[in-house]
Amino acid sequence: MSSAQSLASGLARGADAARPITIAVLAMGGQGGGVLVDWIVDLAERNGYLAQSTSVPGVAQRTGATIYYVELLARAHAEARGLQPVFALMPVPGEVDIVIAAELMEAGRAMQRGLVNPARTTLIASSHREFATLEKVAPGNGVADGAAVLEAASRHARRFLHEDMQRLARSHGSVISAALFGALAGAGELPFSDAAYEDTIRRAGVSVEASLRAWRAAFEAMRSPIRSEPVFDPMQTEPLPLPARAASEAVEALRARVVGEFPAAAHPMLGAGLQRLLEYQDCDYAGEYLDRVSRIHRLSQDAGRAQAPLATLEAARWIAVAMSYDDIIRVADLKSRPERFERIRAEVGAEANAVVGTLEYFHPRVDEVCSLLPRSLGLRLEASAALRARLERWLAQGRRVRSHTLTGQVMLHALAGLRRWRRGSLRHHREQAHLERWLGLVTEALQVDYDLGVEVLRCRRLIKGYSDTHTRGLGKFDRLMAAARQLLGQPDAARRLAALREAALADAQGRALEQQWQSMGLTRE
Amino acid sequence: MAERSFAREVEQLRVPAGTTFRGEGILAVTKALLECGVGYVAGYQGAPISHLMDVLADARPILDELGVHFESSASEACAAATLAPSMTYPIRGAVTWKSTVGTNVASDALANLASGGVVGGSLIIVGEDYGEGSSIMQERTHAFAMKSQIWLLDPRPNLPSIVDAVHHGFALSEASQSPVMLELRIRACHVHGSFVTRENRPPTFSLRQALDAPKRDTSRIVLPPASFMHEHEKVLERWPAAVRYIETHQLNEFFDGDIDELGIVMLGGLYNNTLRALMHENLADLYGRSRIPLYVMNVAYPIIESEVLKFCEGKKAVLVIEEGQPDYHEQALNAVLRRAALPTLLHGKDLLSMAGEYTVAELRRGVREFAARYRPASVAVAAPISIRRERPASAAAAAGAAMRAAAPELAQVVPARPPGFCTGCPERPIFSSLTLVQQDLGEHHIAGDIGCHLFAAMPPFHLGASTMGYGLGASSAAAFGIPASKRAIAIMGDGGFWHNGLTSGIANAVFNKSDGVTIIVDNNYSAATGGQDIPSSRANNPQRSTHHPIEAAVRGVGVQWVRTITDTYDVKAMRQALREALTTEFQGPKVIIAQSECMLNRQRRERPQKAAATARGERVIKEKFGVDAAVCSGDHACMRVSGCPSLTLRPSGDPLKPDPVAQVDDSCVACGHCGEVADAAVLCPSFYRIEWVRNPRPWEVRLDRLRGALTGWLQRRRARSLADRSLYAPQRP
Repeated sequence: MSSAQSLASGLARGADAARPITIAVLAMGGQGGGVLVDWIVDLAERNGYLAQSTSVPGVAQRTGATIYYVELLARAHAEARGLQPVFALMPVPGEVDIVIAAELMEAGRAMQRGLVNPARTTLIASSHREFATLEKVAPGNGVADGAAVLEAASRHARRFLHEDMQRLARSHGSVISAALFGALAGAGELPFSDAAYEDTIRRAGVSVEASLRAWRAAFEAMRSPIRSEPVFDPMQTEPLPLPARAASEAVEALRARVVGEFPAAAHPMLGAGLQRLLEYQDCDYAGEYLDRVSRIHRLSQDAGRAQAPLATLEAARWIAVAMSYDDIIRVADLKSRPERFERIRAEVGAEANAVVGTLEYFHPRVDEVCSLLPRSLGLRLEASAALRARLERWLAQGRRVRSHTLTGQVMLHALAGLRRWRRGSLRHHREQAHLERWLGLVTEALQVDYDLGVEVLRCRRLIKGYSDTHTRGLGKFDRLMAAARQLLGQPDAARRLAALREAALADAQGRALEQQWQSMGLTRE
Repeated sequence: MAERSFAREVEQLRVPAGTTFRGEGILAVTKALLECGVGYVAGYQGAPISHLMDVLADARPILDELGVHFESSASEACAAATLAPSMTYPIRGAVTWKSTVGTNVASDALANLASGGVVGGSLIIVGEDYGEGSSIMQERTHAFAMKSQIWLLDPRPNLPSIVDAVHHGFALSEASQSPVMLELRIRACHVHGSFVTRENRPPTFSLRQALDAPKRDTSRIVLPPASFMHEHEKVLERWPAAVRYIETHQLNEFFDGDIDELGIVMLGGLYNNTLRALMHENLADLYGRSRIPLYVMNVAYPIIESEVLKFCEGKKAVLVIEEGQPDYHEQALNAVLRRAALPTLLHGKDLLSMAGEYTVAELRRGVREFAARYRPASVAVAAPISIRRERPASAAAAAGAAMRAAAPELAQVVPARPPGFCTGCPERPIFSSLTLVQQDLGEHHIAGDIGCHLFAAMPPFHLGASTMGYGLGASSAAAFGIPASKRAIAIMGDGGFWHNGLTSGIANAVFNKSDGVTIIVDNNYSAATGGQDIPSSRANNPQRSTHHPIEAAVRGVGVQWVRTITDTYDVKAMRQALREALTTEFQGPKVIIAQSECMLNRQRRERPQKAAATARGERVIKEKFGVDAAVCSGDHACMRVSGCPSLTLRPSGDPLKPDPVAQVDDSCVACGHCGEVADAAVLCPSFYRIEWVRNPRPWEVRLDRLRGALTGWLQRRRARSLADRSLYAPQRP
């Protein structure tokens, strides 16, 4: 009982309150979390420490999130007492010294689990993103707010160290576990020399050189006093400034119109719109684009919004999108651009003279082929069941095009060349009519309720894709147009239409939209 | 071939006595089995004991040297029945599986084994898959031990204790003529530590000796009147014998403390985390020296009454720490105290949570409340004393609150990340096809099964309404064998098929004239448990007989309508087969066998081969899929019907497109499913396949140059045309 009594007084005095060094690693299946933990254990055991690691891999190994946990204690401390430490088998909220997160949202998860203690924890995170399925399946932008996690980490952690370890590891031909091991060394929280870390990698004996390079790079990144602020990618692309002069002489008149007719705030987006339509069709078509945006802009001026013409900005974007609807001609054009083949080589890391081929997956539907024909011919074909059936049989199989071959290129260029006849096509006729109906509603709305008009413009975001996707998007868009007509003149109409649009983008089946629709008491037409 | 190679670990199995063995808990068990002179080992793979099976599978030479027979059993029932020789011959045998699922399957054989009793030490190593990371229902193996009188060891989770438990397990089994279970929790199986080895021993009595001179003893067979005698034997002879052994060898441990009017009784497996909880409450130090006396039950069953009484004597109150329900230990200890009329108060699930894993945080809360109630001064900060802890309205809400207590501002930010199909998984196209077929034919009842294919229940597929047990997919749709406008669909993996699905699912459907559809996912391996071989594996395994087609087995039990799809990535064929099965006039069970090799295993095999071939200068085609950002509209329909991890998002690069577009990242294995599904679903033309010919033949290079020259003219023409109508100057790279 004497040892127990001395313990009691010891604990009461706070003596011998030895604590292990605790490390939690949050990773996803396939990120090499196990390798990293093995390294940490080996590093510790070879350098005078006792170590224990545990994990719960199981099915989480298949792409799920998982936690590894390590405890370390100086061997001398245990030997001096002739005792073995009792290590815990799981991280305890608030009691973790170092948290290593192999991805940004996993850092967020560590904080949610209470593992990051502001008085104690060093949080080392890779700031890169691996999107979760839930983020990917939204028809709009379902990407989680990484900035919120970075901001929270700077408050929750005693020290917060971050870097895009994935990019860093790849750029050295290695994998993220090596970079994280380097970051751990660079953080300088563990009592081991830099050489001890490097020796650990050498002892493991797998891809030693590449691992050491990635280790070193991450180490330097943590040690460097000027560390780049994490750039959280909001998945938006800013338009280029309008050039002082158009690259082609033929376009200069259009550029001058932009400068002359529109406020400076709208110039970059109008530039992007012009470029899209010039490539899509020609200068005349781009001119029609400016005519349409100009009409909307005048309504902004009428509404006294000349300084901050929200409708003009939105019109600049969405009218360009609407006028460059996705058809076979556009796809063939984009797939046969000269720079595309260089981009594809870069994608696999092939040198300029490497033999690289591509296979394209096309599967046009009857409707898309019909609508490509001149209007009267297309209508006749659509009306004839026999012709349709024959065409359907012909199109039952998808078309695989080898775009690097001469045949493939000739075919794509020929299809892209149909651009010249596009304006006569059935599709163009229909798109124009649909566009005018939409702009008619925009005009009406802007005069009654300017903010609602802006929202009606933004609803164009719902129409995208090909075949079924396009049909579904168009259906949602038309429904929102019906809602806009019902909401016109009602209080809070703009906010309600915006809520409907967000709901429409939340899931593919339209469940969220239906819910919003019901809750707003709208009627079906 | 299993997912992981254990060549290094196998070498450790040979080390001489007195060597420090470093590794995972489950590997320490493997070594200890050889030290105990085990004669045969069998089992069924599954986390967390798969590594035990995988190491032994890789350790054939050393097993041969020692004369140890090793079997990968067809199921846990089969593994348990494999222990039969130890009922008659003095041979030590060990079996292993994942519990409680495996113990459920094995319980018929276990009950027979325990009834007749054993003469050779029989050890059942169960990986207790409970708590975080578990993939099964949350139950205790303890119930099986009690009902069959099998002794249950639950050692402290460190390697020396685990190894000792193996040695004592065999000895206890022999001393009490009863089988012994060794329970290892998931973290204990994966704990990295070390122990000092003993010498490997060959079995003292071999299987060969038994076959040469067979014996029989009718009194060991479960047949009346012997079965009635067994019951008395179990309770009146074997039980007391076990108690004597456990007392004599002090398998349970007592630790003193200065607060001796209190005590904590815990299961060995919970020792480390409980000690950590005590340490955080300043009631113990890092070396396990506790202020409150401890009684550590390394034997969870039977309960040693004399030890319980000795520990509780003179104590005001004792806290019992056991995880999960029912609270067998609390009940048993209460009965022991009551019988002896000891006034000691017993606490357990009144102070600790009624359900769920005992994390250190939860244990800390429990011991704090216990100490605060009886010794407020010993607790660092006095906690409010309540008679009964208030329980939140729902357990799920409580668990959720515990998880989300910290950083609440991130609750709406951080997305859940459940496991799912790997990049290039051949099961993905099966479920994409099923999704597309349902779009045409309406929703069907889909019965799921155990295996990777169960991930179809998660986003993006949301397919499957139930999972009733391994290989029970088809049986769980059995009740739907009625005439209706739509047929029920059952999913079954090849692992589940050979485990029992062939009889319980397929033969049952034939016999009962079912009209349902069963999809058998045939990916060459028991993939979810780590890629072990099964009878239908297409690999040549020198130690096992493979290449037994599922189709032959299915036809053998009488199925007439069978379609084998040899390439699951062929969405059109998959779709066609599914549509036909769901709409055909044919009455009777319809089986679709969907074959393609598990991509994880295939890549593990092929990637190094391709790299080596490229390095040798051989012609190798490197493939990858891509998405044209300009063509992609950012609707993400491809992700909803595919969900491949390599299919991810990136900014559109176009100010006119605010939604992110799809991209295929470097992890792509070019399975082609995204392109295939885009085509089959008439989805979108943005996908393309890149084929990079490494070390091309001279004619290929010449053809490529010729193509370049000819298409170059077209390209230059296009470039000029674009340059004639451009606002921006071409961007410099």
